[in-house]
Amino acid sequence: MIRQISAALLLATSATAFAETHVVSPGEGAQERLQEALILAQPGDEVVLKAGRYALTDGLSLDVDGVTLRGAGTDDTVLDFTAQQGAGEGLLVTSDNVTLRDFAMENPKGDGIKSKGADNIVYHRLQVTWTNGPDAANGAYAIYPVESTGVLVDGVIVSGASDAGIYVGQSSKITVRNSIATQNVAGIEIENSRDALVENNIATENTGGILVCDLPNLPVMGGGNVIVRNNIVSDNNTPNFAPPGNIVASVPSGTGVMVMANEQVWIEDNIVSNNQTAPFIIIAYNLDFDDERYNPYPRKVVIGQNIAEDGGTQPDLPGGEQFAAAFGGALPPILWDGLADESAPPLIVTADFSGVSLGLTEQGQSMADASPAPMSAPDTIEAWDMSGIGAPAELEARLP
Amino acid sequence: MKRSLLILATSALVFGGAIAGRAVSPPQISDAVIESDAMPRTLAEFGFFTDASARRPGEGLIPYELNTPLWSDGADKLRYIYVPAGETIEADGEGLLRFPVGSALIKTFAFGEGEAQRFIETRVMLHRADGWTALPYRWNAEQTEARLALAGARLPITTPAGEQISYRVPNKNQCKTCHSKDGAVVPIGLKARNLSTDLLDTLVMSGRLDVRPAVANALPDWSDDTAGTTALARAYLDVNCAHCHQPGGGASNSGLDLRWEQDDPHALGYEKPPVAAGRGAGGHAVSIAPGDPDASILVYRMASNEPGVAMPELGRVSVDERALVVMREWIAEMPQ
Repeated sequence: MIRQISAALLLATSATAFAETHVVSPGEGAQERLQEALILAQPGDEVVLKAGRYALTDGLSLDVDGVTLRGAGTDDTVLDFTAQQGAGEGLLVTSDNVTLRDFAMENPKGDGIKSKGADNIVYHRLQVTWTNGPDAANGAYAIYPVESTGVLVDGVIVSGASDAGIYVGQSSKITVRNSIATQNVAGIEIENSRDALVENNIATENTGGILVCDLPNLPVMGGGNVIVRNNIVSDNNTPNFAPPGNIVASVPSGTGVMVMANEQVWIEDNIVSNNQTAPFIIIAYNLDFDDERYNPYPRKVVIGQNIAEDGGTQPDLPGGEQFAAAFGGALPPILWDGLADESAPPLIVTADFSGVSLGLTEQGQSMADASPAPMSAPDTIEAWDMSGIGAPAELEARLP
Repeated sequence: MKRSLLILATSALVFGGAIAGRAVSPPQISDAVIESDAMPRTLAEFGFFTDASARRPGEGLIPYELNTPLWSDGADKLRYIYVPAGETIEADGEGLLRFPVGSALIKTFAFGEGEAQRFIETRVMLHRADGWTALPYRWNAEQTEARLALAGARLPITTPAGEQISYRVPNKNQCKTCHSKDGAVVPIGLKARNLSTDLLDTLVMSGRLDVRPAVANALPDWSDDTAGTTALARAYLDVNCAHCHQPGGGASNSGLDLRWEQDDPHALGYEKPPVAAGRGAGGHAVSIAPGDPDASILVYRMASNEPGVAMPELGRVSVDERALVVMREWIAEMPQ
């Protein structure tokens, strides 16, 4: 190993013809050995984490294109950040074409794995957990790709995040699938992103299951063209434990699927079960903003065939109890704030669902201004071109 | 293979030079090592200093200071510029000086006064043909050698404020975390607006800088209490925060832009809700609540030492109390 690193050091910044494997074991000096391997890796190389528990004190980072970091499986290779002293995340990736797979991470002090400006990244068979369960002192995001084109999150398990378990922000060409998000504030959140496919996931026991949002005043805006399908979104009734101040802190406990602002979101074939505020919440951004580029309204959010059951029984809203009572003990499956842009219908409901409108009349109003009434929405829409949605095929090809 | 031979040859040259140097003259600064693509194992291989303890800068090193410096747990910093013979730096208005290939920036971090002063680490930035490279070197306890610390290190330090801390030497990637703009490694400190007029004049007169840049809006001297709260606060944010918090920087996704030249209040954080701060927001709704420092995320994070909350994320493990006072005053004085 020492010889290997010395050789690599000499060749440090030149590309090698053959991909190398850098094997790292847990134990004494793991922090330095692992970080050094991540620095000395060349494009195409693999950094292999042998089975065991790695006690780490500082965030790790990877800044070399085309590197695979893989462990022996989420049960066997655990990066333990319980004693972390520095850095804002457990692992930061800032290079393109990186594959991360088959390891677990526990108790990072900030975010779990963040990839920023890291195009074509694969997160596969990973687990990021805060072991103390829901807690405002936990880190914000477990899996956190941002400002990237080409993101595949597949087979990931996340729990305990005080913001979102899987959060994809300011990115495009995204697939999040086959993953389990539990006991986070938001299970899966797609924010200020386009061309995202969220499918075959389980989002359960979070505060909100799946969120699709668009926020103002960010470098990348105009979120939309998102498909949410074939997910199980159940029992998302955990009290909101997000530190106040963040947008998810306003998500009512008992939210199934929420869309805030955004255009063209297609929600179909999900099982949305026992979310006590509402299975589907479709709303405008409700804070003040000063940004000409921003459209705060939902546009063309399609709610197709879904199973929505046992929801809306205890809305986590001011006056929620009377509100539910007024609708016979449970709100109908769709909760809409009543706000719409003139350019496009906010909602199209092709399923046989009823809904309730809060009857707000202006962006920025609160529940205090609500005058709830049954809502109506068009029931047909011409399907738009969805061919470009999801992660590029080359990312799929990288899966073992 | 060819490359290894080349590097070996270079090392031999340096080695030879060092041996010859002992007999005749002090080691020369090695342009070959600076411009190669190697990562030398020791700081001495560059030949920047004439003694093993790096107390005596070699001929060609230009010492410099910044009007407002980055705060690093109160470390003293010894900074030098190296520009290869015959080459000149180009001015670019008030902004970053443009260094020719072959240039090096050297910064040693030290704690302790006078005889008790100890070097902890020396960070070098090398301008090579394919761009800047940043390398961290850690000093040994004997102060006789600084070795490459690619993966960084931690060591116990007593700060000038008397605090016992676990000081963090950054790893090579962490160098880039701050020194990154649009994906490339760049210097941060050497902007004309943050350099003294004396230094700029000296550089021009000695022929190392092509023209004297006109600086209308220089950063204040951080030690000058009469500079005005706004100027001090904005200078501090520019130097300590804006390398990440600007478009193209490491924290661009926050939407916060703390550069000296930014004058859009929202971009600077006035009444700006957090984006991905998580518990770093500390329960506060906005980065800066004018008139109310206690309700401002910026103050909360500067006052914290907890990873995941503390800002800056890298480069400090203790709180800059003086900066906190300035920041609180600045926000308190803002009209609500």
